[in-house]
Amino acid sequence: MDVQLIFKIAGIGILISVLNMVLKQAHKDEQAQMLTLAGVVVVLMLVIQMINDLFQAVRAMFQLY
Amino acid sequence: MEVVQAVGLAVVTVVVLLLLRQERPEIAVQLTLALGVVIFGMVLGRLLGLVQTLENLAARASLDQRHLGTVLRIVGVAYVAEFAAQVCRDAGEGAVAGKVELAAKVVILAMAVPIVVAVLDAVLRIVP
Repeated sequence: MDVQLIFKIAGIGILISVLNMVLKQAHKDEQAQMLTLAGVVVVLMLVIQMINDLFQAVRAMFQLY
Repeated sequence: MEVVQAVGLAVVTVVVLLLLRQERPEIAVQLTLALGVVIFGMVLGRLLGLVQTLENLAARASLDQRHLGTVLRIVGVAYVAEFAAQVCRDAGEGAVAGKVELAAKVVILAMAVPIVVAVLDAVLRIVP
């Protein structure tokens, strides 16, 4: 499951950079900014979930707090 | 076997990172984070077996269970802090990485104090 997450994040990143180029050509820079923001938020949600799983695993294994 | 998977995944991700680094550095950092989590997930099973073997050996050698627990905890803290510090350094934030490492050192020192005290007691008991 995890490996797909990496490719999903990579896909989102590439898609956003391409769409930004298109929006910049169409002289809609503010929408490009909004799109960048949206992309970062979406990827952040995915990554935060993964980091949470990582910390749970480390906590369980090393008997932390 | 996991090594081959990890290496393949890392190489693919580095290629994508190069592409992302120019336009979207913020997503590139998150991709590095995600790769770190995935590769740790791959190694998790072996690590768990290793920890259990250590515990069995400690029990057989009638070592004090608390000390082994502390050592394991220190390794855990060190790993998490190193993970975060490297990601910060990769994103170009050396100062933030330094702060994370400072916090980790303080926590580890605090954890190590009981062991040092136990060692000193043992030594004092031997030396008349």
